[in-house]
Amino acid sequence: MANSAVVVNDLRVQRGGRDVLKGISFEIERGAVTGLLGPSGCGKTTLMRSLVGVQLVAGGEVTVLGKPAGHKHLRSRIGYATQNPAVYPDITVTEALTYFASVLRAPAGDVERVIDEVDLTSHADAIIGQLSGGQLSRANLAVALLGRPELLILDEPTVGLDPVLRDELWKLFTDLAQRGVTLLVSSHVMDEATRCDHLLLLREGELLASQSPAALREHTGEADLERAFLRLIKDTVS
Amino acid sequence: MTVMNPALTLATTRRILTQLRHDHRTLALMIIMPSVLLALLRYVFNDEQTFSRAAPALLAVFPFAIMFIVTSITTLRERTTATLERLMTLPLAKLDLLFGYAIAFGLIAVAQVTVATVLSVTWLGLDITGSVWLLGAIAVLDALLGTALGLFASAFARTEFQAVQFMPAFVMPQVLLCGLFAPRDEMATVLNWISDVMPLSYAVDALTQVTHSSDVDGTLVKNLLIVAGCALAALVLGAATLRRRTP
Repeated sequence: MANSAVVVNDLRVQRGGRDVLKGISFEIERGAVTGLLGPSGCGKTTLMRSLVGVQLVAGGEVTVLGKPAGHKHLRSRIGYATQNPAVYPDITVTEALTYFASVLRAPAGDVERVIDEVDLTSHADAIIGQLSGGQLSRANLAVALLGRPELLILDEPTVGLDPVLRDELWKLFTDLAQRGVTLLVSSHVMDEATRCDHLLLLREGELLASQSPAALREHTGEADLERAFLRLIKDTVS
Repeated sequence: MTVMNPALTLATTRRILTQLRHDHRTLALMIIMPSVLLALLRYVFNDEQTFSRAAPALLAVFPFAIMFIVTSITTLRERTTATLERLMTLPLAKLDLLFGYAIAFGLIAVAQVTVATVLSVTWLGLDITGSVWLLGAIAVLDALLGTALGLFASAFARTEFQAVQFMPAFVMPQVLLCGLFAPRDEMATVLNWISDVMPLSYAVDALTQVTHSSDVDGTLVKNLLIVAGCALAALVLGAATLRRRTP
């Protein structure tokens, strides 16, 4: 599909002698929010790391924005937010973002823009190590938004956030997608699945489904996505 | 493949200095610690002549050891807090990161050595024949060597406990064999060989020479080139140990 931002073919990853991803294939549509769902330990983070190009893979092909994953030209085109915040705890939000912005050669004003987008303006001059968990994960998300990347890979960006803020971030994600940005957002909360255009359901290193929420509901005959996921697991096991 | 970009290297330096600026205690300890130790030594000997004999070598050893520890822990923190992985996903060359660290800690070393040298010459009675400026410059080079080896060693440490242990493993043998405790040419042959492959030996030789003579001869230049070469090699090897893809 020429319109795909990501094409994964038979991706296999082993960690510590264990198969973490067992040969999965899928595509991610441009300008849409794709949700990567599955229980903790199912391989979500490993999959995201493979797309970013920091994961040693055992086999398969991963093409991102037309180039093999990890290609140096992709480094300024992908925004990646790890699940554990990767920002310097001993400096302020603005100082940390200014550094990452200069590495990305992001335009002046980008730091202020992303701080505003994640609603951290009131804490722009706070030391990162003194932020609350939710503020910290927003600072982490802000780094990924710098330089307006074409593809955003966000690992559990809404964990620990209050419902109002979570809602605002999901609005931001949909808004970005409407502007043509491709998003892959992982979550283990099923209610976030309803806000995605497309879903990837991962369990024990295998892809159970790659469909839209509507198609998944229809396919399983369950209105509730959590139940639909359970149904899929039951169908696969039996 | 772009090997380095000066703007990104300096941005990294600025970020590291910003981190240190927020950590007043670490900054103060780094800058005044060698001076405090030298002052202590001066009163342990209680004699300016004995002090003058030992001090130049220690002007190399103290900054070297302190920079080694600080650098190895700081870079290990960059690994363990995942900021290193984030940087590896960004358009930053590995050498940008390592030279960013080297320049930042090199600047700290200049402050550290300036304070220690001025204190030694003015108050503690260090008497040297050669140029004080050269003495200071060599001491800064030694601190840079400590920084470079610290960056390199941190690649082999998984935890901060291990990184701290590298200080006795990497630094102490060099201190014992550098000629500070016994002249290198009077050591047993095997020890002499070992001291010949340790960069700190050449640093101490250079400092001892500056203390005793004002000549800048071929031996001094050779010794300094060896120290600088080892620092550079450690940085490049440090870059080679960084991996963009990890298991």
